[in-house]
Amino acid sequence: MSTIALNTSSAVGKAAAGNAEAPVRIAVRDLNFYYGDFRSLKDINLDFYDRQVTALIGPSGCGKSTLLRTFNRIYSLYPEQRADGEILLDGQNVLSPSIDVNELRARVGMVFQKPTPFPMSIYDNIAFGIKLYERLPKSELDGRVEEALRKAALWDEAKDKLRQSGMSLSGGQQQRLCIARTIAQKPEVILLDEPTSALDPISTGKIEELIEQLRAEFTIVIVTHNMQQAARISQFTAFMYLGELVEFGPTTKMFMKPSKKQTQDYITGRFG
Amino acid sequence: MSEHIVSSYDADLQGLRQRIAEMGGIAEKMLVDSVAALARHDKPLAQAVIASDPRLDVLHREVEENAILTIARRQPLAVDLRETISAIRIVGDVERIGDLAKNIAKRALAIGDDFQPHKIVVGLRHMNDLVMAQLKDVLDAYAQKDTAKALDVWKRDGAIDALYTSLFRELLTYMMEDPRNISFCTHLLFCAKNIERIGDHTTNIAETVHYLVTAETLAIDRPKNDRSIDTTIEAGA
Repeated sequence: MSTIALNTSSAVGKAAAGNAEAPVRIAVRDLNFYYGDFRSLKDINLDFYDRQVTALIGPSGCGKSTLLRTFNRIYSLYPEQRADGEILLDGQNVLSPSIDVNELRARVGMVFQKPTPFPMSIYDNIAFGIKLYERLPKSELDGRVEEALRKAALWDEAKDKLRQSGMSLSGGQQQRLCIARTIAQKPEVILLDEPTSALDPISTGKIEELIEQLRAEFTIVIVTHNMQQAARISQFTAFMYLGELVEFGPTTKMFMKPSKKQTQDYITGRFG
Repeated sequence: MSEHIVSSYDADLQGLRQRIAEMGGIAEKMLVDSVAALARHDKPLAQAVIASDPRLDVLHREVEENAILTIARRQPLAVDLRETISAIRIVGDVERIGDLAKNIAKRALAIGDDFQPHKIVVGLRHMNDLVMAQLKDVLDAYAQKDTAKALDVWKRDGAIDALYTSLFRELLTYMMEDPRNISFCTHLLFCAKNIERIGDHTTNIAETVHYLVTAETLAIDRPKNDRSIDTTIEAGA
């Protein structure tokens, strides 16, 4: 008589084990965020792993872009906005008043939904940021510009028109120029706020390919409304709703078998 | 499960479920009727079984095509993705069950009014009863998303294998007794094998239901009791 062994195996579980080995780069602890009196992030606790892509998903207004904006304190441009709690970047609290915000923003680069090239040449778009922090001889600066454009997969398309305006590029190229500008600062973390939502599928594909390559060097956090994009390019996914973190886990698990009903309802289009 | 924001998405998935339910009903009837036709020498019934197979094939194709369209249109995730993939898998099994039942019906026509040992026919019917219960339960398990019921089907298949082994042994004995038995015994042996294979397809469906509900695969060996490979009959035994 055969014995019945009921082992179950799951590819989902194995993928989870593989990913969580990366060290934590950003640790968010008890983070609250306020727009005036309105509390838009509620006690967020979340780890972002080194050289992994983490996708933040959730309906509009859930706080995912707000969370992204706390990492480089870009919100502090607006006096009525404030954050409490801790965001530890390599163990150092970026919300601490002693942090040099300019230095922080060089360590934590950001790319926005709409491409934002400066009204200057392609070359200067990239050199501008470098020159803010470093004094380099021309030949070295040229090298840095080329390196950034290469890493942003824009070099071949832009090398013959470096002196032309950044605004003359197509939307997808402009977005890669913005990524190149960010990379040129040699950041540790790259924040992407819906970087492809204004782009056609071909440009989107190029940016996604680029994100995959950049992961070898940078810790990446991306806000996206495109579930399939999150599923394709991220290793971890966080689902937020009404300012709260509902669920966080390996992307394969989040999109095949999320633990929370709210997550499942959102990713399968049952929300509301 | 609450409804999708896009209601036509629900209609797509519901359409898959309905077609699978219809296919299950047809396959069940084909199996019952094919063995009844065999036991009762009922040629019109055997022909009716054969005639119902094309409908099964049409539904099979429709489910596959619609599931593929759903993937292309909706890019399903999580439970929706599992449901769509499971639909493709399940209709493959149900379609094969129909083919195997059709083959039993064809053999019923081929055997015609030849003598059939009562004991063998009883054995076949008993085996068929077990497989019918398996098929009914696993289709219920799918409709109700009941993984416990699916697991039960999965575990029970061993009994069918054991019965098949004993039928195999008996048929060999009849063949050795008198070479004139070989023709119909061979047909009956194939019928028994077909029923045993249908049992295997029900366990495939059970595995799919388990995956659909839990997102986990039943990866290990299922209980098996088919010993026909090792069966030998001594001459004059």
